[in-house]
Amino acid sequence: MYEPLYKSLYRIRRVEEEVARIYPTDKLKSPVHLSIGQEAVAAAMCAPLDRHDIVFGTYRSHATYLAKGGDLKAMLAEMYGKGTGCTKGKGGSMHLIDIDAGVMGASAVVGTTIANAVGYAYSVKLKKQSTIVMSFFGDGASEEGVFAESLNFAVLKKLPIIFVCENNGYAIHTHQTKRQGLPDICGRARAAGLPAELIEDNDILTMHERATAAVNALREGTATGPAFFECKTYRWKEHVGPGEDFKLGFRSKSEAQPWIENDQVKRVAALVPAVARKQIEAAVEAEIQEAVAFAENSEFPDLSELTTDVFHTVSTPAAIQKAA
Amino acid sequence: METTLCIDQYTPHKSASSGAAVASPKPERTLSYVDAVREATDQEMDRDASVILFGLDVDDPKAIQGTTRGLVEKYGPERVFGTPLSEDAMTGVAIGAALAGLRPIHVHIRMDFLMLSMNQLVNVAAKSSYMYGGKVKVPLVVRSMIGKSWGQGAQHSQGLYSFFMHVPGLKVVAPTTPYDAKGCLIAAIRDDNPVMYVEHRILHFQKGPVPEKLYTVNPGKARITSPGDDVTLVGISYMQLECLRAQRYLDDVGVSAEVIDPIWLAPLDIDTIVESVRKTGRLVVVDNGWTSCGASAEIVAQVTERLQGVRDVRVQRLGFAPVTCPTSPPLEAEFYPDSRRIAAVCNDLVHGKSQNWYPDERPELKDLEFKGPF
Ligand SMILES: Cc1ncc(C[n+]2csc(CCOP(=O)(O)OP(=O)(O)O)c2C)c(N)n1
Ligand SMILES: [Mg+2]
Repeated sequence: MYEPLYKSLYRIRRVEEEVARIYPTDKLKSPVHLSIGQEAVAAAMCAPLDRHDIVFGTYRSHATYLAKGGDLKAMLAEMYGKGTGCTKGKGGSMHLIDIDAGVMGASAVVGTTIANAVGYAYSVKLKKQSTIVMSFFGDGASEEGVFAESLNFAVLKKLPIIFVCENNGYAIHTHQTKRQGLPDICGRARAAGLPAELIEDNDILTMHERATAAVNALREGTATGPAFFECKTYRWKEHVGPGEDFKLGFRSKSEAQPWIENDQVKRVAALVPAVARKQIEAAVEAEIQEAVAFAENSEFPDLSELTTDVFHTVSTPAAIQKAA
Repeated sequence: METTLCIDQYTPHKSASSGAAVASPKPERTLSYVDAVREATDQEMDRDASVILFGLDVDDPKAIQGTTRGLVEKYGPERVFGTPLSEDAMTGVAIGAALAGLRPIHVHIRMDFLMLSMNQLVNVAAKSSYMYGGKVKVPLVVRSMIGKSWGQGAQHSQGLYSFFMHVPGLKVVAPTTPYDAKGCLIAAIRDDNPVMYVEHRILHFQKGPVPEKLYTVNPGKARITSPGDDVTLVGISYMQLECLRAQRYLDDVGVSAEVIDPIWLAPLDIDTIVESVRKTGRLVVVDNGWTSCGASAEIVAQVTERLQGVRDVRVQRLGFAPVTCPTSPPLEAEFYPDSRRIAAVCNDLVHGKSQNWYPDERPELKDLEFKGPF
C-alpha cells in the first residue's frame, strides 16, 4: 500500500517542482497554482478510486489530475500551450481534463465544479452505475452559495459522491478566520445532513484509511448517500506562481515550518523499502524528463484550431436529426 | 510611448457635438491608472463618510493591483473590508447598504465573477428605482477587471459589459486613460444609480496626466481622442489604445482616422459618434468583447438608424473572435484584434475594396505584454 501511495505523492511533488523550475523561462505562458505541500490530500483520497471513478477539481488541480492517473505528457504540453496538450492548448493549466482517467475537468471560477460533480453523481445514480464521484475544492469555495446548495441536493437525492474540502487555511492571502464567522466547514456539511470528518495535520495515512472506508461503503451499499471530508493541509508556495509569499506579510515562515517539517512525501518515503523507493523515483524522473521533452518538442496548435470546438461536433443538425 | 498615446488625448480639439467632453488642459502630474483609481477612491472616501469599499481581497497585501492600497489603514476595517467568497450575497449586501444610504464600492478582481452577481444586479439593483416608483435609490459602484494574455483563458478574460448595457437602470463605464479612470470613478461614486465600472488589466499599467483636484468625467459624454476625416474609429476600453496605434499606421498610407473613446457605454454619447460618421461616412467599432449583441453592435445600429437616408455609411465591427478565449499564445494572438489588423480593415473600408495592405509592426506601437504570474 505504501508503494503506490509514495509513487503518487512523489510524482506530484516532482512534477510541480519541475513546473516551478521551468516557469521563469517564460515557456509556460500560463498561470500555475501549485499544490506543493498539499499533495497528500489528492494522493490519499484518489488512491481507493478506480480508473472509471470520476473527479472534479479546481484551478489548483495538478495534484488531483496526477493522483487520478491523468496523462503527464498531455498536462505539461497543455501548460506549454501546445497542440498535444490535454485541451489542445485551449484551456491551459486551470482546466486540466483527462476523460480516460476519470478527470472531468476543473474550473477557474471558485465553487463551480461542486455542483457539476453533484450532477454527474445524479446521472450515475439514475443509470445505476457503480461509479463514485469525488469533488475537490478549497476552504474558500465553502463560502459560495453553490456549496450549500449542492450539498443539500446531494443529501436530498442520496448521491454517490464524496466531497473533499482541501483546507489550506487561505483563500489567496486571506485566512479562513477572516472570512468565516464560524470556521467549521464540517459543521456546515453536517447541518446539510452529511456525515463529515475532519482530518488534521495533512495526515496522509488517516486520509487514506478514511477515504478507503468511505469508498468501500459506497461500493458495498452500506452508505446510501454522500460523504464529506475536510482535510487540513498547507500550501508552501504562493497562491499562483512558482515563488514563495512569506515576504508579503500575511503569513509567516514560522507558521509554515511545522507543515514543512511534517512533509508527507518524506513520511511515506521512509515507509517504503529503499530499493523499491529508488525504483519508484527513477521511474518518475524518467517519466518527467520524457514529458518535458514531449511538451517542448510538440507544435503549437494550428491556427485553424481557434474556431473548432465552440460547439461539439457531434451535435450537428444532421446528428441531432438522427438521434431523434 | 504609452504615455504619448495618453497625453495625446488631451491636446485641445473641437468637440463634434456640444455635448462631448472637451479635452482638458494638460495637467502637471502623471499617474498610473492604478494610482488614479486609488486616488479617486481615497478622495471620495475622505469627502463623504457614506462611501464604503469592499470586495474579495481589497485588504490583502496585493490590494487589487494596488488600487486599494493604504485605504484600510486610512479609513479602518469598517469602511474598507475583504469579504468571504460570496459574490451573490455580497452584491445583495451592497444593494441593501445602498438602500440604507451608504455608497458602496464593490470590487471584483475579474469581470467573469460578476456572473455570480447577475441576479442581484439585474433583478434588484437595476430595477429598484423604477419598480418602487422612484421611492428608493441604489448608489452602488461595481468595479471589475478584464484580463488579457498570459494564458488567462476562458474564465479570466471576458469583457462582458454589454450584458449590463442591455438592462435599463444600470450605467456602464469603461475608462481607458488614467485621467478618465479618476474622473469616471468619482462620477460613478456620486451617481445615485448603480454603475458598472470596468477596468482592463493591461490599462492598469498605463501612465498619463491626472490632476490632483477632484473632478468628474460625466456619464454620457464621449471624447474625440484624435481628429480625422476619412474614417471614424471607435475603440472601447483597452481597444482604444489599439485604435490610437492603428491611427498611426493609417497615417503612413494617407488615411486619416478620427478616433473616439465612448468612455461611458450606458448612457452612450451616440451624438458625438454620429456627427463624426456624418463627416467621414465610415465607421469601424473595435470592442474588447465579442461582436454579437455587443457594444459594437449597439453603436453601429444606433449610427445606422440615425444616418439612414441621410448619409451613405459603410460600417465594420471588430472584436474577439467568436470563440472562447484560448490560452495557447498563437491562438490567443489570433483571438484579439490588434492595431495592425484594425488599420488594415480601416484602409480597406476607405478604399471600398481589399488593398492587401498589412503594416509592418512598428516597435514603438507594440502592445504591452503582461508577464505572469498574475
Ligand atoms: C467566484 C470566484 N470568486 C473569486 C475568485 C478569485 N479567487 C481565485 S482563487 C481564490 C481563493 C480560493 O480559495 P480556496 O477555495 O481556499 O482554494 P485554494 O486556492 O486555497 O486552493 C479566489 C478568491 C474566483 N476565481 N472565483
Ligand atoms: Mg484555501
